[in-house]
Amino acid sequence: MSFFAVENLGVRFGGVVAVDGVSFAVQQGEVYTIIGPNGAGKTTIFNLIGLIYAPTSGRILFEDRALTGSPHDVAARGIARTFQNIELFEHATVLQNLLIGRHRHRATNLLEELLFLPRVRRAEIAQRAAVEKVIDLLDLAHYRDSLVAGLPYGVRKVIELGRALATEPKLVLLDEPSSGLNPDETDDMAFWIEDIQKELGITVLMVEHDMNLVSRVSDRVLALNEGRVIAEGTPGEVQSHPAVIEAYLGGGE
Amino acid sequence: MRFIFKTAYDQDIRLFQHGGQMFWYGLLGVALLAAPFALSEYVLSQLHFICIYAIVGLGLMLLVGYTGQISLGHAAFLAVGAYTEALLQAAGVPFVVSISCAALFSAAVGLIVAIPALRLKGIYLAIATIAFNVIVEEIITRWESLTGGNQGKLLKPIELFGYKLTSGASFYYVCLALTVLCCLALINLLRSPTGRAFVAIRDSEISASCLGINLARYKAMSFALSAALTGIGGALYAHKVTFISPEQFTLVQSIEMVTIVIIGGIGSLHGAVLGAAFIIMLPQGISIAKGWLPEAIPQVGLQSVVFGLVLVGFIIFEPYGLYGRWLKIRTYFDVFPFYRRGTFRRQRTYLRSERLR
Repeated sequence: MSFFAVENLGVRFGGVVAVDGVSFAVQQGEVYTIIGPNGAGKTTIFNLIGLIYAPTSGRILFEDRALTGSPHDVAARGIARTFQNIELFEHATVLQNLLIGRHRHRATNLLEELLFLPRVRRAEIAQRAAVEKVIDLLDLAHYRDSLVAGLPYGVRKVIELGRALATEPKLVLLDEPSSGLNPDETDDMAFWIEDIQKELGITVLMVEHDMNLVSRVSDRVLALNEGRVIAEGTPGEVQSHPAVIEAYLGGGE
Repeated sequence: MRFIFKTAYDQDIRLFQHGGQMFWYGLLGVALLAAPFALSEYVLSQLHFICIYAIVGLGLMLLVGYTGQISLGHAAFLAVGAYTEALLQAAGVPFVVSISCAALFSAAVGLIVAIPALRLKGIYLAIATIAFNVIVEEIITRWESLTGGNQGKLLKPIELFGYKLTSGASFYYVCLALTVLCCLALINLLRSPTGRAFVAIRDSEISASCLGINLARYKAMSFALSAALTGIGGALYAHKVTFISPEQFTLVQSIEMVTIVIIGGIGSLHGAVLGAAFIIMLPQGISIAKGWLPEAIPQVGLQSVVFGLVLVGFIIFEPYGLYGRWLKIRTYFDVFPFYRRGTFRRQRTYLRSERLR
């Protein structure tokens, strides 16, 4: 019985086997990181978990129930994600972006909304209060009413994290949270990931390249190469594993 | 420059953000209510058209400007609304019921169109909606027993609670009331979860779906609502022109509707209304200008040329349309003398993730 498990997951695009029989399990409350060289299939695994791709083999279990359906069903189960390349709603304000994150908690229907009944107003204020908590946590108050289209990359990265948190997930998938960030911003990111785990009690599954960040926040690490698992264990164990060193630096002949 | 001190979440939700807005919209409301007393019958008749096209523009704006789904077949929904109204009126159904039916039936047709449309994007969706327009036009032409074919249908003036609305002023008030109601409905929608879901779909389908937005359901909803508004516009249009026939609902009409949205300013409700006013006033302007033009310039087709030029001009020089221009002018005076040319320049977008198939 596990919180989140991937069993024998595989996907094939034409002749390319992108992910080949990957299995791992994530315990509730831990930070679990997937590392691997470029093209190892890390983001593909995220897209399989998000049901954006259909797996060729294997299955995904969340809280002992198979994850099936469309991407929006994944969100409904309490799994949120961020994207490597940032997928924010560019022509909306930061506040609106975070409010869209509240979508799975909507309590009103179309007819009520067209008339904007008092119930809708109360629901909106409650959503706003929930979003403000995230804004406080991530220190976004300064950008609350700015359009995303005009904000720098580092801030967008944080907003995307905030949007994922606004959904109040049980599990959050972070796709390269530190890519494109400077050392200071990476430091903040590490700090927030620790906060998410310890204060909010949200389980984190992430893909990451920055080994400093990985060692600092991860409880366990999974190393992939060419779609296969090559090592699993604590950050220290994985970093010193011969197969991992070979995958990154090449084999010593 | 105005600074608003915010102390409650409700301040961001309410209809008017500050007293100034309430004053100006109040003034506009009074002016619109007083219009029939001050204006000639002819100008009032133009105001009818502006209201009708504003409703249609609002419908299309919801779909194109807020959900990001293009439609080049909206004249078909206009036709569905117009013919539903004509047939129900002939059957003796009261106006309130018949115009509601026009909206509902258009919405139903919108849902049917949405089913194939869910699988299409961009230019392919545009082509599919053109096809839909042609199909509806053809059905109306051929189904003579119901629609009268090319001989068209005649409508009587609206009868509301026992009063026949024969005067221009009374019809104007009906149009105005419906325009205001449609505006309010959309403003309400856009400040609640459904409206935000539409905007999310417009900006990034992949992250919208990863946040739990059911793409199929919300796109279908957007099509249906958009069609319903266009249907209401169609019913009023039928009463305005009093005679409807298939050639009023062609592709050209659809393009004119899209022009309203683009010239007005994609992604703003103000834009739909401003665009409608512009589209109605442009032909008047052209016919006035004709008198001043030298004989050498051919008079035939002048209108199409000007329409085309205006549209191209807007796309190149003011992609955010009339409303975008208004925002810039307002900002200029707001921050005077510190306005910088780059204030509204579009920022670069970063890499995008792989698209949903």
